[in-house]
Amino acid sequence: MRLQYPPNIRIVRVPCTGRVDQIHLLKAFEDGADGVFVAGCLEGDCHYLQGNIRARKRVNRVKQILDKVGIGGGRLEMYNLSAGMGPRFAEIAREMTKKILELGPSPIRLVKEKAKKGAEEVAA
Amino acid sequence: MIKAKGKPLDDIIRMVEGYKKILIAGCDGCVTVCEAGGRKEVEILAAALRLYFAQKDAEVKIDETSLTRQCDMEYLDVLSDRMGGYDAVVSLACGAGIQYMAERYADKPVFPGVDTCFIGVSLERGVWGERCQACGACILADTGGVCPVARCSKRMLNGPCGGSSKGKCEINPEVDCGWQLIYNRLKTLGQLDRFECPVDPKNWATSRDGGPRKLVKEDVRI
Repeated sequence: MRLQYPPNIRIVRVPCTGRVDQIHLLKAFEDGADGVFVAGCLEGDCHYLQGNIRARKRVNRVKQILDKVGIGGGRLEMYNLSAGMGPRFAEIAREMTKKILELGPSPIRLVKEKAKKGAEEVAA
Repeated sequence: MIKAKGKPLDDIIRMVEGYKKILIAGCDGCVTVCEAGGRKEVEILAAALRLYFAQKDAEVKIDETSLTRQCDMEYLDVLSDRMGGYDAVVSLACGAGIQYMAERYADKPVFPGVDTCFIGVSLERGVWGERCQACGACILADTGGVCPVARCSKRMLNGPCGGSSKGKCEINPEVDCGWQLIYNRLKTLGQLDRFECPVDPKNWATSRDGGPRKLVKEDVRI
């Protein structure tokens, strides 16, 4: 299909979105991710019955945490699509990238970059 | 087991604001079972606090640990070597564990990361129910194995009261009437004659009414 989607997205593969825990999402933000989206199967179509339903609950919980710690829950989203919906995946990737670009870089990344710049100046 | 729930993140942030080296200490006992203060919850709270302080560009060290239990000194002692490196502790143990941590490390501010709720059971995944209030003098033998102290809203010893309707309590239609449960159980056991012998007032001195309690078992003391 040669679908195009923004190249700045890093895909982390998991056997089922039910494997995604709150800490995995938080770690991504700790490491400086500007945004994260969880792409699960369509609701009702989970091979493990409820993996995607549980993932959505965890995503919602982490969104609340992100709101409270000043990162913003809008940087995290959950989408449901099947493995056969390539064009929809590309569309979500573009949609999410656009949204995150509007939100700007994560405050964590800004701090990390500032620290890195400071360290380089000291080294120079 | 003891059931607890995590404190709101805002409250925890307010407590630790201003400290630079914070240890988040979980407990592998009861609070792990009710998913409030085990290793997993420690990781999540620590990550959330790190994000909070990082976005404020505040240099705060947040470390994680979880002890076998926080209600025994020998497990609290495990932290003695590293405690000097922290200026505050957030304990995710039950109220007993938090206090014992504060007692063991008297010079460190120890903050509660959970609200301890009750002694209860797992009703289903993510749902817990109260079953015991630790009154210190168990009467379950007389009440068909259903505790009126914990499960009757009025703690009536000779129920039910007039607020029992269709098996539910007047305080909330979702709360079972404890005395209806006792009736059902005694009926199953063929012991409904229990209702013909009202019980005397309970001696609450073994409960909280007798002040803070202490339990001594001479046979196991060293």
